[in-house]
Amino acid sequence: MRHVLNITDLSVSEIDSLIATAMDIIGNREKYQDICRRKKLATLFFEPSTRTRLSFEAAMLELGGSVIGFSSASSSSSSKGESVSDTVKVVSYYADIIAMRHPKEGAPVAASAVSGVPIINAGDGGHNHPTQTLADLLTIHREKGRFNDLTVGFCGDLKFGRTVHSLVSALSRYCGINLVFISPDELKIPQYIITDIVNKNHMPYIETRDMESVMPTLDILYMTRVQGERFFNEADYVRLKDYYILTPDKLAAAKPDMCVMHPLPRVNEISRTIDSDPRACYFKQVENGKYMRMALIMMLLGLTPEI
Amino acid sequence: MVVDKIENGIVLDHIKAGNAMALYRYLNLDELDCSVAIIKNVKSRKMGKKDIIKIDSMIDINLDVLGYFDENITVNIIRGGERAEKKHLSLPREIVNIVKCKNPRCITSTEQELDHIFRLTDPQRRVYRCAYCDSAGGNAGGNV
Ligand SMILES: [Zn+2]
Repeated sequence: MRHVLNITDLSVSEIDSLIATAMDIIGNREKYQDICRRKKLATLFFEPSTRTRLSFEAAMLELGGSVIGFSSASSSSSSKGESVSDTVKVVSYYADIIAMRHPKEGAPVAASAVSGVPIINAGDGGHNHPTQTLADLLTIHREKGRFNDLTVGFCGDLKFGRTVHSLVSALSRYCGINLVFISPDELKIPQYIITDIVNKNHMPYIETRDMESVMPTLDILYMTRVQGERFFNEADYVRLKDYYILTPDKLAAAKPDMCVMHPLPRVNEISRTIDSDPRACYFKQVENGKYMRMALIMMLLGLTPEI
Repeated sequence: MVVDKIENGIVLDHIKAGNAMALYRYLNLDELDCSVAIIKNVKSRKMGKKDIIKIDSMIDINLDVLGYFDENITVNIIRGGERAEKKHLSLPREIVNIVKCKNPRCITSTEQELDHIFRLTDPQRRVYRCAYCDSAGGNAGGNV
């Protein structure tokens, strides 16, 4: 049984075909509207994430399939003490494919060991969130037309930011990627990401606290939210959350075709006045996420049509 | 120094000097009824000095468990007072329920029935990572 729990569960050529499928969906919406007829997606959200759940559900509905599931642990049997494994085992008798989100890291691994249907990890704590990375990759593909020879800046919470870790790991398989890590000292990129991914793949990188000095060099600026729920200490959160805010002043120094990305939701790290700037790509990521989820669902169900 | 020869049993040789007591506890040898000799700081040509454990009984030893502790240990099986077999160890690719994941955010911290599984992800630096959350589970090599 094939599962996608981590972005590296997909090979580079599989990501290429998912992107090709997504581009075909964008150009030929009608061709896909009945592909998943009579198939059911279960969205098992042991932790609420309306945005991600709706994206999965919209993706399945646009493929002509249907959706069952729950949107928080309190509305599932896990509130009665049922284990993830048991819940998933039961649901895999009802659904053809499962998208699950869980606050604990590695929960989808436990689920995949017992599931009779493919599992897509829709986020497990601070660990993995592969479909966000697929959305990011399609956005880079559509905006830049390539995955090679790009200078990619990551800004904000690089310590707990799983979307950053996943995207770095996805990009590590391409050539000519320069990484720029912009963060306060407290939220620096973890050393294991540097040793296990960046250095292992000989990727040039710099670390800085100063967003403005590196702005002119970037092809992509990936902003992240400083997440309150990842902190054990409220004072640290309040002190750090406004550290890096992207404003029109700072953006003025950027390349005219730089891409500003953000996994959303944002708090205030990107000034709303930037939304109308052509470099703002974060709402495009939302749209692209749905296309990539459609492509992934079809791939895992073995239903991808000829392009 | 003289330690009685074993008739039938196991000799764990080439234990890094100073690690024998930790290994004794790690393998739960205190639970055995047979005689167990811990010999510390034995002169060794290869290692300078080493520890040795002699177990006067043919017990089952999980070689993966031992290999995770230190893959340089050699296991000698003694039968009728003679060495019948000499086993070399290697770092196991996977260890199950030997170390627990220490990440408080890991699914294994809340779901008690799950096996604690660690996989060798970097043989050179002997790094094992949790099969669920990818947290490093401490390096192998007497650090259990
Ligand atoms: Zn773990």
